[in-house]
Amino acid sequence: MTAAANAREAILNSVRSALRRGPLDDARRAELDARRPQHTRPAQDEELVARFIRKFESRAGTTARVASRADVPAAVEAYRADKGLPARAAVGAALNDLAFASLETHHAPAGIDEAMAVSQALCGIAEPGSLMMASGPASPITHNFVPDDHIVVLDANAIVGHFEEAWDILRARPEGMPRATNIISGPSRTADVEQTIQLGAHGPRRVHVIIVG
Amino acid sequence: MEIRSKEFKQRSVFAIHDANLQTALGRARYGFVGKRALQVAELPEFERLREEAKNTKNHILDNLDHYLERYEAAVTAAGGHVHWARDAEEARKIILDICKRVDAKTVTKGKSMVSEEIGLNEALIENGMEVVETDLGEYIIQLAHEPPSHIIAPAVHKTKDQVSDLFEAAHGGPRKTEVPDLVNEARLVLRDKYFKADVGITGGNFLVAETGSSIIVTNEGNGDLTQTLAKVHIVTSGIERVVPTLDDATLFLRLLARSATGQETETYTTISTGPRRAEDLDGPEEYHVVLVDNGRSKMLAGRFKEMLRCIRCGACMNHCPVYGAVGGHAYGWVYPGPMGSVLTPLIKGLDNAYDLPNACTLNGRCASVCPVKIPLPDLLRELRHMQHQQDITPVMQKRALKVWRYVATRPKLYHALEQVGARFLSAIAKNGSIRRLPLASGWTDVRDLPAPAGRTFLELWQGKRGQK
Repeated sequence: MTAAANAREAILNSVRSALRRGPLDDARRAELDARRPQHTRPAQDEELVARFIRKFESRAGTTARVASRADVPAAVEAYRADKGLPARAAVGAALNDLAFASLETHHAPAGIDEAMAVSQALCGIAEPGSLMMASGPASPITHNFVPDDHIVVLDANAIVGHFEEAWDILRARPEGMPRATNIISGPSRTADVEQTIQLGAHGPRRVHVIIVG
Repeated sequence: MEIRSKEFKQRSVFAIHDANLQTALGRARYGFVGKRALQVAELPEFERLREEAKNTKNHILDNLDHYLERYEAAVTAAGGHVHWARDAEEARKIILDICKRVDAKTVTKGKSMVSEEIGLNEALIENGMEVVETDLGEYIIQLAHEPPSHIIAPAVHKTKDQVSDLFEAAHGGPRKTEVPDLVNEARLVLRDKYFKADVGITGGNFLVAETGSSIIVTNEGNGDLTQTLAKVHIVTSGIERVVPTLDDATLFLRLLARSATGQETETYTTISTGPRRAEDLDGPEEYHVVLVDNGRSKMLAGRFKEMLRCIRCGACMNHCPVYGAVGGHAYGWVYPGPMGSVLTPLIKGLDNAYDLPNACTLNGRCASVCPVKIPLPDLLRELRHMQHQQDITPVMQKRALKVWRYVATRPKLYHALEQVGARFLSAIAKNGSIRRLPLASGWTDVRDLPAPAGRTFLELWQGKRGQK
């Protein structure tokens, strides 16, 4: 046996001997694999979109709401102009159906000088008021973390109540788990200097959600 | 990291007289405890979640081998690699080999207590690599050449002025004095490092057997940049961090941020499943997980199995009066506070950390806030018992205990001595308190002892019965 296989067996055997048993039999393994935990979900009594907005904004995130997807480019432009940002953005290919007339856009990963990115969220989770992003060619993960300003498009009907419902969305994807699933709850922050909260530690300084519908 | 827990007493004295440390600790105590209490008050289900978390962890530990195997298979299916390390040396070698194979020059790191436990930074640096801690707190203490003093707030012992000095020396100035400027300076310096990095190393808060994913939670986003921009992502994690499903991870996530930083959720919860895929435009080309045992599997055998439920939130140390007085460095190794006082002797040996289980007043606050209900005071008491059984209790203490036993098992003698003691203490008291006590100056130098009433409890009790 190789050293690596040795270590693996040694650890598993050490676990088993500590538990005073041998390997589990197939019946017990099947039982464990079939386990579907139903843990307590914190109660919610609020409309999902309202809760999402309230929670997301409580952590210095900002939101805007538009009636239809066609309104997204105008909402992005309004945000860009308000913040005085250059008319250039990294835009995930998931938003290819939209015409960003006022912006110079590209789909490539975000580079070190990227100022702004626009991404499509897979869903929102109302419980903590967080976005769930699935990485992939249509939504490069660097767009979520490198730019100073991150704008995220979220469909109102894609806001679920609890984490568990968001996991079901992941499980239902034909392509399976995304390489990276990012749950984002606002701008990057730190409290490492004297417990003082400071936004824009390493990730985006601002996260703006455009809720569609 | 070299263990210096034998110096606990000396380090504590030093800590108590360190004005900067005392300022920083005072600030942290208020922040963490108050914010956690607010979050707990807002979640009526909190106690029920603690109970479920405890039971779920027990279930996982009882079937740990199965879930580890399932996890390994799922990681492999997603294109990642799982490595098993029996101890710190094996873990270092695995990581070093990966770094050398890809000819790594710059290694960025997200916060990982396991990497501290296995002494990873020293090993990488010895092999000529530049190692950059990217969590702001870790970055600060790396510049100060210090170990973390808290498991979630590693630089909690540093004041803003000290950070200003460190940054000025490292970055060349001009000296920044305000928090936003300090944070921004670190942001700009570290950005270059993320983009330059060959290998990014992070911890793993949870390892999900269902999907073969590792989960990290951060507020800064440093862990994400670390693992996204490097060519190779290596996760270091203890074997006990595996959970069966995403739903199980959720149970612990609901408790973790509230217990740790007093937040409803941290800013980023990141679920990583394998390396970059063929069609991906970004992400690491390789994904490795190093599962570290380092004494954990042995802990499963007995009373200390309960310690393996720990999710590393730091609530126990935030609520510990001893930690609050002396800070994390006094504990002399990676894990401070109550959880560290249990783990350090178990991982590094009872005789290497004699003082830690004894540096506890058994007040029970740690256990009352622990999100997975670890009975920390009971475990600390058990360690004291083991110390006594293994005959590593100091001679003076053993003699004192023998005298105590002799007296305590002879009621007449006990009461007689008690009467003498109560009268003596009452006689030397001034204005209701005792300023100096012979043979106990260690106690009375820093505090006054309330004076006893002059009669013993039994005398008072019998007096009361006599009146009836």
